[in-house]
Amino acid sequence: MSQKIAVLDYGMGNLRSVSKALEHVAPNAEVRVTDDHEWIRRADRVVFPGQGAARDCMAAIGQHHLNREVREAMESKPFLGICMGLQVLMAFSEENAGTELLGIFPGAVKRFAADMPGDNGLPLKIPHMGWSRVDQSASHPLWEGIEDGARFYFVHSYHVVPEDRSLVAATTDYGIEFVSAINRGNLFAVQFHPEKSADAGLMLLKNFVNWKPE
Amino acid sequence: MGLAKRIIPCLDVNNGRVVKGVQFVDIRDAGDPVEVARRYNEEGADEITFLDITASSDNRETIIQVVEQVASEVFIPLTVGGGIRTVDDVRRMLLAGADKVAINTAAVFNPELVKAASDSIGSQAIVVAIDAKSTGEGKWEIFTHGGRKSTGIDAIEWARKMTDYGAGEILLTSMDRDGTKIGFDNELTHAVAQAVTIPVIASGGVGNLQHLVDGVKKGGADAVLAASIFHFAEYSIGEAKRFMAEQGVEVRL
Repeated sequence: MSQKIAVLDYGMGNLRSVSKALEHVAPNAEVRVTDDHEWIRRADRVVFPGQGAARDCMAAIGQHHLNREVREAMESKPFLGICMGLQVLMAFSEENAGTELLGIFPGAVKRFAADMPGDNGLPLKIPHMGWSRVDQSASHPLWEGIEDGARFYFVHSYHVVPEDRSLVAATTDYGIEFVSAINRGNLFAVQFHPEKSADAGLMLLKNFVNWKPE
Repeated sequence: MGLAKRIIPCLDVNNGRVVKGVQFVDIRDAGDPVEVARRYNEEGADEITFLDITASSDNRETIIQVVEQVASEVFIPLTVGGGIRTVDDVRRMLLAGADKVAINTAAVFNPELVKAASDSIGSQAIVVAIDAKSTGEGKWEIFTHGGRKSTGIDAIEWARKMTDYGAGEILLTSMDRDGTKIGFDNELTHAVAQAVTIPVIASGGVGNLQHLVDGVKKGGADAVLAASIFHFAEYSIGEAKRFMAEQGVEVRL
């Protein structure tokens, strides 16, 4: 039986590339970019992508009445947050002069400092854009077949600082060591873009599609 | 430090075919964009940039189809430039599967476009392309319309202004070097990289692998873009990356 994968559509970001990458790794699955509550409830897996500003993101989740759907999905089935889909799980963001987030986990979303020294005599650029190493904090089914320290593609100016360090699934170095993935039960969320990270990214998506959390 | 310098092959696309000209004339055919993009992805390109140089707007749909096809099978960041004039144009390209859109001429005539696009879509998707020509010691002026029209605008000031307006990245092409194969204008790249807080992609003039290294080491570029050395199989992306790694540049291997 083919499984259903819902890519939450709340009008933010490049959802097409996420759904194309999922279709690529799970050719038999039914992948749908949707804000249909019923479909999301019936889906076997949920992917929560996102790009752009925190305030706009929260507003869009509200407009699409997805607040409850997001909470229910992350409690009941394999759930993958990507980029802003990781950040909004925290309680509070510095972005847009302070934005309240979903508050699933205590912690903040902070901007990279402007004056971090780079390797060429110039300050580190913000956004952090490009391929950085993702250091896995512990083994996990989603890291299977992916080398510890493999590079993934990032584009972001803000990063999460969860209070509960036991959530941390990976860290990445960019001027500071920041949290690039978290995990709790059936929820996994990453700061990088697996859908744009070539083989390593496709492997992670494939692992997600096959993931059977205990 | 950890962030790899990006190697970006650039595909100039005319009426659905990859072409490459020398200083915007003498155009040679270099293949089917989907096939070329697939090959670059397999060789380890960090990103792919398409510049639509199609003169007639009737063929605008062609580049959208190219982007759609490539986005379905190539899972690295895709940038599309050429003929972007409105926020709607930006949205259409992103919907087709592009991750970033490069705005050049339109930004000069309507800087507010950059502001509007980055406000509504996010800076991460907005690349401002700058074509600059040397006008004296340490001075560069920006040109539009594929390098044909002078603007009187200083390139460094313009780069700063576009950063303030919300650009997420600058694609910097030296008109003096484009197609010459004598290397990037590293002085130009360095001047811009120092002036702005966002990443700078060096472009124009690559003829060998040492030029790529120089763009990073001497120019301070965050990414290097090249077209013909990759199209005509003079070097593979893999060879370029191995060479850069040997020269001490951090790359994704």
